[in-house]
Amino acid sequence: MATVPVDEGKVRACRELAANIARDVQGYINQHTSVGVERTILRAYGAEGADAEGAPLVNLAVDRYKDAGLLDRGILYFVGRALLGGSRSVQEAAEALAYGDLDTGEGGPSLEEIREALRQPTIDALARIDGARDQRDALRASFPEAPAPHKYVIVATGNIWDDALQAKAAAYGGADIVAVIRATAQSLLDYVPDGATTEGFGGTFATQENFKIIRKATNEAAKEYGRYIQQTNYSSGLCMAEIAWMAAVEGLDMLLNDAMYGILFRDINPCRNFVDQYVARRIIGRAGIIINTGEDNYLTTADAVEKAHTVLASQFINEAFAHNAGVSDEKLGLGHAYEINPSIENSFLFELSQAQLIRQIFPQHPIKWMPPTKFKTGDIFQSHVHDAMFNLVGVMTNQSIELLGMFSEAIHNPMLMDRFLSLKATKYVFNTAKDFGDEIEFKKDGIVAKRAVQVLDEALELLQTVEKETIWGAIARGDFADVKRLRDGGKGYKGVVARHPEYLNPLLSLLEGDAKGGEAAGTGG
Amino acid sequence: MQKAAKLPERGVEMSDEKQLLRAYGDRRGDGMIQLSFTLEVAPGARAREAAKRFAELHGIHEPLVASMEEVAPGFSLFVVYGHSQHAVDLATIEVPELRTEALSREVVYARIQEKLGRKLVVVGACTGFDAHTVGIDAILNYKGFSGDKGLESYKCFEAYNLGAQVENEQLLARALAVNADAILISQIITQRNSHKENAAAFIELLNQQGLRDRFVCLLGGPRIDHKLALELGFDAGFGTGTKPGDVASYLVERLA
Repeated sequence: MATVPVDEGKVRACRELAANIARDVQGYINQHTSVGVERTILRAYGAEGADAEGAPLVNLAVDRYKDAGLLDRGILYFVGRALLGGSRSVQEAAEALAYGDLDTGEGGPSLEEIREALRQPTIDALARIDGARDQRDALRASFPEAPAPHKYVIVATGNIWDDALQAKAAAYGGADIVAVIRATAQSLLDYVPDGATTEGFGGTFATQENFKIIRKATNEAAKEYGRYIQQTNYSSGLCMAEIAWMAAVEGLDMLLNDAMYGILFRDINPCRNFVDQYVARRIIGRAGIIINTGEDNYLTTADAVEKAHTVLASQFINEAFAHNAGVSDEKLGLGHAYEINPSIENSFLFELSQAQLIRQIFPQHPIKWMPPTKFKTGDIFQSHVHDAMFNLVGVMTNQSIELLGMFSEAIHNPMLMDRFLSLKATKYVFNTAKDFGDEIEFKKDGIVAKRAVQVLDEALELLQTVEKETIWGAIARGDFADVKRLRDGGKGYKGVVARHPEYLNPLLSLLEGDAKGGEAAGTGG
Repeated sequence: MQKAAKLPERGVEMSDEKQLLRAYGDRRGDGMIQLSFTLEVAPGARAREAAKRFAELHGIHEPLVASMEEVAPGFSLFVVYGHSQHAVDLATIEVPELRTEALSREVVYARIQEKLGRKLVVVGACTGFDAHTVGIDAILNYKGFSGDKGLESYKCFEAYNLGAQVENEQLLARALAVNADAILISQIITQRNSHKENAAAFIELLNQQGLRDRFVCLLGGPRIDHKLALELGFDAGFGTGTKPGDVASYLVERLA
């Protein structure tokens, strides 16, 4: 197999630095919660629905206790007290928190009594996640495993019913994975809309009902075509954790989820983002969902030649955060992309080098390989060739998950035929060059080998700097994607709350097992 | 066979005042075009005939259905070649065109220095729901696009990139706060014409507050052209392939 030189000592050093960087943040995470986290927990215990104006019950309950300065104890503290005070279910308790008398948390039952009241609901909450996981995994196991790279396409009509139709069409065309692109406005909404939706800009809202609808459609397609279709959505933005839970209980296979993406590209407050990503990933880890990290985005704002090492450095950091949240390497789909300016001489070799380097450094990981977008134009014919070169790298370097390029990338969300032609071309390249990577070797000290050495060296250097400055400092300085963000800036900071010494969250404790965040290790590193 | 010499240059047929343009395939005047489309029908002889008639209805003479393939159950993709019967009279077309000649960085600098004696202040954002900053980043950020560095890199520009999902009110407030000369709006998402609505709403906001004349307003995006931008009340529009230097040159022509 064609490999690039990788200095294992340097890789170990990168992992240690990344672990230190994440540990520093984990100290902060373990002392805080957020409105997003508490809403997630409340949903997990069974609270659902929205009022006539569309405000979800979990928002009404959590915001009320947040505004009263009481959320530091955790919403479950008040749920437990409501259950002891006569509520017959968590739903009733949540309604009492939202609409009944405000409970100041003084007097009444002891902490032990509250814990006891939450005992069965906690078992039920965990069983719901586990049950959905087992059901999904059983269905998946009943079909043959698709060969890698898995072909990943997106649907993005804005209307969940059209999405369902297009998802089935994609399955017909040979897709292994279908992602429903989310409405662009959603990442900054501090609530998850309720019910099925038929209007959205740039995509379709992520709602629990929409997840159900699309899951049903792809499961039908799986039975029809004899191939399992993996279902993907977005656990990002201000409702990262809530969406992770919805995806878990609705049997999704994959989630876009990144430790820093929201900070860099959506200007979400760093504190909020780190706290939320931890709980999101705890749920994701339990549900056995594969995450796709967002390093590919770095190269759409920064230069793909000069900043290739920032992708690798960020992958190490994302890995460390994921390990801290109990996500194993086998579920850690680190992202990268084919975004070098195609007019650069030998740019194909640079792409090949980086893809192979990442494949070798993260051998267990379901690496996510993203197509060219930045240099795509309306010339669909040239664009199709550009994608073919990208496909060739994907199959040569044995990437795990490949998001297919679309020749109409620069024009519109993919149409039915665009997706079909992309799948057709990709199948051709994957098949015609199937064992190419195994048949060749890269020249020692050639362009590909040298480039790989350079990228790893630069990544190590950057991680050393970030460790010294801490991640907060590095982000403020614009080390990643050339974007600068301040610790107390951005959206959603008000929703972060320091935990009370007796903060109550039995579900999170169960998800953490014996290991508190920062101590639970993944299988690698 | 007709002598090619009878036809004027570049496939333009002159008859009196008319300048008729036909599609060029292999020979002048052949009207040859290709098109691809999907019909909601499974492949078959009737489907092929349907595609042929569909093409004929679009003014295509002797359509050749080159390919017919099922792209989803009950959906066929067709590739069709044929002779378009249509011609466009170039003489009747008037389109406002932006000057395209880019000024050099030195000229840009010298003219701003000379005429303004200060930096030219530019504020840009993707407004509304739009989260795609590729366009505005390419124009404003230091890095620029494809070797042409962004306005941040010019000593004579003070560029503020507010990023994605900026509300119109927010953008205006910032423009006022930094005393901007020009406002750049980027719109990529086009579902249900949201790009037009967002952009028009910004101009409306300026008009309501009597501030329209205070700023030069530019609109950019893959579905934007100068004509559309003018219709929406902007001073200029920039489409795909615009480089930072084009925008810099335009601003200098307008303001310095």
